[in-house]
Amino acid sequence: MNAADRLKLPPVVMPEQEPAERIHNVREVPFGFTPEMALQEAQRCLHCTNQPCVKGCPVGVHIPDFIQAIESGDYLAGIGIIKQTNLLPAVCGRVCPQEDQCQKDCTVGKAHRDIGQAVQVGQLERFLADWERENHAAVIPQIPPTSGKRVAVIGSGPAGLTVAGDLIKLGHAVTVFEALHMPGGVLGYGIPEFRLPKEIVYQEVAYLTRLGVDFQYNTVIGKSLTVDEVRKDYDAVFIGSGAGLPNFLHIPGESLLGVYSANEYLTRANLMHAYNEDSDTPILRGKSVAVLGGGNVAMDSARTALRLGAHRVMVLYRRSEEEMPARKEEYHHAIQEGIEFHFLENPLEILGNDAGWVTGLTVQKMQLGEPDASGRRRPLPIPGQTSSVSADVVVVAIGNNPNPLIPAALPGLQMNKHGGIVTDEETMETSVPGVFAGGDIVLGAATVILAMGQGRQAARAIHAWLTRTTETAKG
Amino acid sequence: MNTIRKREELGCNVIRYVVDAPIIAAHRKPGQFVIIRVTDHSERIPLTIADANPDTGTISLIVQSVGKTTREMAMLKPGDAIHDIVGPLGRPTHIQQFGTVLCVGGGIGIAPLYPIAKGMKEAGNHVITILGARTRDLLILEDDMRSVSDEIIVTTDDGSYGTKGLVTDAIRSLVSGGTHIDQAVVIGPPLMMKFTSLLTKELGIPTMASLNPIMIDGTGMCGGCRVTVGGEVKFACVDGPEFDAHQVDWDSMIRRLGTYRTAEQAAAERYDHQCRVGLDAKESR
Repeated sequence: MNAADRLKLPPVVMPEQEPAERIHNVREVPFGFTPEMALQEAQRCLHCTNQPCVKGCPVGVHIPDFIQAIESGDYLAGIGIIKQTNLLPAVCGRVCPQEDQCQKDCTVGKAHRDIGQAVQVGQLERFLADWERENHAAVIPQIPPTSGKRVAVIGSGPAGLTVAGDLIKLGHAVTVFEALHMPGGVLGYGIPEFRLPKEIVYQEVAYLTRLGVDFQYNTVIGKSLTVDEVRKDYDAVFIGSGAGLPNFLHIPGESLLGVYSANEYLTRANLMHAYNEDSDTPILRGKSVAVLGGGNVAMDSARTALRLGAHRVMVLYRRSEEEMPARKEEYHHAIQEGIEFHFLENPLEILGNDAGWVTGLTVQKMQLGEPDASGRRRPLPIPGQTSSVSADVVVVAIGNNPNPLIPAALPGLQMNKHGGIVTDEETMETSVPGVFAGGDIVLGAATVILAMGQGRQAARAIHAWLTRTTETAKG
Repeated sequence: MNTIRKREELGCNVIRYVVDAPIIAAHRKPGQFVIIRVTDHSERIPLTIADANPDTGTISLIVQSVGKTTREMAMLKPGDAIHDIVGPLGRPTHIQQFGTVLCVGGGIGIAPLYPIAKGMKEAGNHVITILGARTRDLLILEDDMRSVSDEIIVTTDDGSYGTKGLVTDAIRSLVSGGTHIDQAVVIGPPLMMKFTSLLTKELGIPTMASLNPIMIDGTGMCGGCRVTVGGEVKFACVDGPEFDAHQVDWDSMIRRLGTYRTAEQAAAERYDHQCRVGLDAKESR
């Protein structure tokens, strides 16, 4: 098929659960492509020589090559190409912000002057990953003889899993320490089931276990074991403990009953399965829920509230639609499901009754001023314009900072002013020799793929570091 | 892993478990706690570490069966295992030689108080203990507390044992009798901690209280355990569980503990109905 014909093919529409149905369950919203759909979408790729998609991918997945494999029907080869650079394609295919990465500069989208027309790289990636999982086609790679080196990975989120996967394949022994009783970090406790089925995460972990990675759950480094003990027992340490420290607004009323951090709300619903009525973990099923914030976590919280039976869910965001950091797809899904968006509204106070339960909020109407340090227009209060909204549950989703537990347990570690660990940009090594870090503990709350990218960089540097120390020891 | 070695009934619905947890046993210090899941479908609940033996690799957990989860735990026998135990969590108690230390314990709060009193005694303090219970049958760990205290006073609300009255009455009479106290530690039901704290503030006695708010992860990730201390929001799991009792916003903390009361009661009733285990379903605080 020539380029002109390919450009004529319309994007394949992803089949999805209907909004009216899906707000009553936690099953995944998009069903995924059928092989016919995948073929049709793959045929839209022009296989350009400059490969803007690959340049846009934080881990440099060989995108046109795997799309070519789909076109030729060789799914096994296709998934193999992705896995050369991306350990968790089933996850990334679902949660990556493709519109800001691989699909952003896609030639097909450019030709149509519409990013919505770009080749749906994420959906094709998901297709191959799901095919592999459903057909138990995962290939166990040839692992070189053991190096005799031991690596400790702290945290089993996207960064930690990537480091573990890369280093086990190089012959090093890897132990992953996880504070919770289940793996995945934010993939498990944060991202809802309807966006990322937990079974996918657990199967990825099962695959790593088959490769020989040792997972130690219920182990909080800095508490259960000191960082020094870990450093003594292991030749290198990777810290991937994430951005699990929720921000609050510090406005009156945040201690009222019915006010949650998004982390708590999502953890109860996802990790602890509180979306099941008979779960042992309780959650307040608000009828009218206000979510504060405009990012993906706010979208996840709002859509979770609907699935917990809310009749009215509002997202209150202090800037306008344009500045909202949430992914378009998530925003779009939220709108479809009937979530109300209140832009340019900043909460001043959370209101409660005499018994201490939330009853609503007082909000300040905002307008946009000059751009601030983030480049987005700064929201400014419009004097005298306040109003109130009623709500029986309020979810604060205004971001997270790096979790301070491990930095506090390793005094020599150099930190930045946001509480993140300072690392070498290339090697991800920290100020403490042999200790590497990556993901949200370095970046602040960022994305799964950036965490994986840093994990990959760190794994490469850890391998070099381990082999270098061997040579030094020999010499 | 997490195998129960010993089970001992201490009183009405209060059970002491000695559990294999070598890593925790080797690392824990007085004042720290664990989070457990009884089974693979259980909620996560915090429990204080009542004692530990690094040589045998065991820790002691004391649990009062009041809700569904704690009743499920009460069914466990030696040889059974607790599905998940993570810890030790929280900051250890600040133990030093203060001089005279008053340890005030109420109800199940005597369990976490014991290692603290023991630590205070070992640090060379003169330890005076006041234990309060509603009635004699609900008093736990009296002998253990006696073994680490220089003086001990027991109060019961109904006068069935010790002095009739509240722990605050005992503190008042102690101080009016001329006893000087350099530091107090109070652990017990929230209302008892609140009123003890109000009294010691009035009496000018520095006081630490160990809080037991609702928690999930115990690593500062969820913020569910937030309490207001000195006007600032603190996370009990990582900043506590002990705080300056005089700075704690007790009313807010007590209210937040009731967030799931309706759900908890319903779950406990369902559980009773399902298994009719014959456990006393009465709430005992």
